[in-house]
Amino acid sequence: MATDLAAWLAEAIADAEARGLPALVPLLQSLARSLQSLRDADVELGHPAATHFTAADDADDAR
Amino acid sequence: MPTTPGSLREAAALIEQKALSPVELTRACLDRIASRNERLRAFITVMAEQALADAARAEREIANNRYRGPLHGIPVSVKDLVDIAGTPTTSGSAVPPRRPQHDAPVVSRLRAAGAIIVGKTNLHEFAYGTTTDETAFGAVRNPHDDSRSAGGSSAGAAVAVLDGMCYGSVGTDTGGSIRIPAAACGITGLKPTHGEIPVDGVVPLSTTFDHVGPMARTVTDTAVMFQAMLEAEASWTRVPPAAEGPLWLGVPGGYFLDKLDTDVARLFLSARGALEAAGHSISDVSIAHAARTPDVYLAIMLPEASWYHAPLLRDYADKYSPGVRLRLEMGRRVLAEDYLRGMHARSVLIRSVDRALEGLDALLLPGLAIAAPPLGASSVEINGITEPIRSAMLRQTQMFNVTGHPAIAMPCGTGQDGLPRAIQLVGHRGATERLLAVAAAVERQIAGGAGSVGGGAG
Repeated sequence: MATDLAAWLAEAIADAEARGLPALVPLLQSLARSLQSLRDADVELGHPAATHFTAADDADDAR
Repeated sequence: MPTTPGSLREAAALIEQKALSPVELTRACLDRIASRNERLRAFITVMAEQALADAARAEREIANNRYRGPLHGIPVSVKDLVDIAGTPTTSGSAVPPRRPQHDAPVVSRLRAAGAIIVGKTNLHEFAYGTTTDETAFGAVRNPHDDSRSAGGSSAGAAVAVLDGMCYGSVGTDTGGSIRIPAAACGITGLKPTHGEIPVDGVVPLSTTFDHVGPMARTVTDTAVMFQAMLEAEASWTRVPPAAEGPLWLGVPGGYFLDKLDTDVARLFLSARGALEAAGHSISDVSIAHAARTPDVYLAIMLPEASWYHAPLLRDYADKYSPGVRLRLEMGRRVLAEDYLRGMHARSVLIRSVDRALEGLDALLLPGLAIAAPPLGASSVEINGITEPIRSAMLRQTQMFNVTGHPAIAMPCGTGQDGLPRAIQLVGHRGATERLLAVAAAVERQIAGGAGSVGGGAG
């Protein structure tokens, strides 16, 4: 899992436990997997910034 | 008093002929509610006094030749997520209710068409579930087997129609909440095109996905309810007739057929075969990125639901059902970046469904992947694999909330367990009336199946 969602999850779990909501933890873990899956689909789903990755790869290949 | 009519259409014909009194019909529905509701829990609020007064006024109008149309004098119900002036909107919750001073527009329109509102139906708390066993008013029981869920969240609305407590219901649908209980109970339920029926005066769950729609015993009954909800009046001459000539239907594979219980798969194939034998063309199609639907749905629905409930959670967190509260708390953590990612992905899915529908009258797929589950179940086994109950129940329906295409669930037979199964038709956006015409034609071919509550087109 990318560092940023991992950090998000850690913070969310800590908050859930501090508020006495341990039952929230598995839901947050499931949500994190879902959000990561959607992030991983950025290129597949045509994220408008995806062309930046493609352009950088082409430039590297040219060198 | 004659035997109570079996469908809205039959009741309307008798009322128009002055062969059936709206007061007697309303009283029969109220008696049915009184005898059955304690067990089934379809209704939260029964509006007996007002309903009988409205029925008496309808009777006077009809006697004076001021007949408004097929809904005049017909008892209907409204999901208790929808405002009716002077009646609390409980949302199925112990959280303090809304106390509206005005009818929601959809209610005003039904009243203008002459419908008699008999009460407000039970639902999964704040519409945030598919089983209606998280509600402050007792789990709704399925009349086919009262140890089973009637689906959700519009379970009370579905049961009220199935059990003869009324002739049509107003439901809402954010992930499948009209079509899932319709499928679980063996009636018909329509989610119109997004935005077609106003959601003003309806407690929101997810504004991007919320729809209001009708539930009734047959496609024709559903169509006349839809017309009134759209236009504040109804007329048989403007209800779309069954589409003529061969239909062109597409069956999306993969994601929509991968996880079905045995009887759902069998009865779906049987319905497909019956339609092909009747001369309709059925092709296999693909909806690009369909498998992304649950992730897109969560990224958008969770924060939108939590946004509405944030002020209520501050003061009334302990009043919510535990499961609903946890889902709302979860939604508050979704980052804006992921919400916007979901909104972008939604636009991709809309184009995917549009492309799949090109050249077709409608998509054809199962309406619900499983039979009505046992009350309290948190998971279900499908062909040996355990699935969480919510994702199993949302699988067939939620994509069309994401994209806003109109979709209708209709019974297609009974499983070996005695429980109904359903198909679903999905139409072009903005063409809900065409979808109803297609559905009426399809109903003629499959309505003869065992367990079809409507007993045929009409």
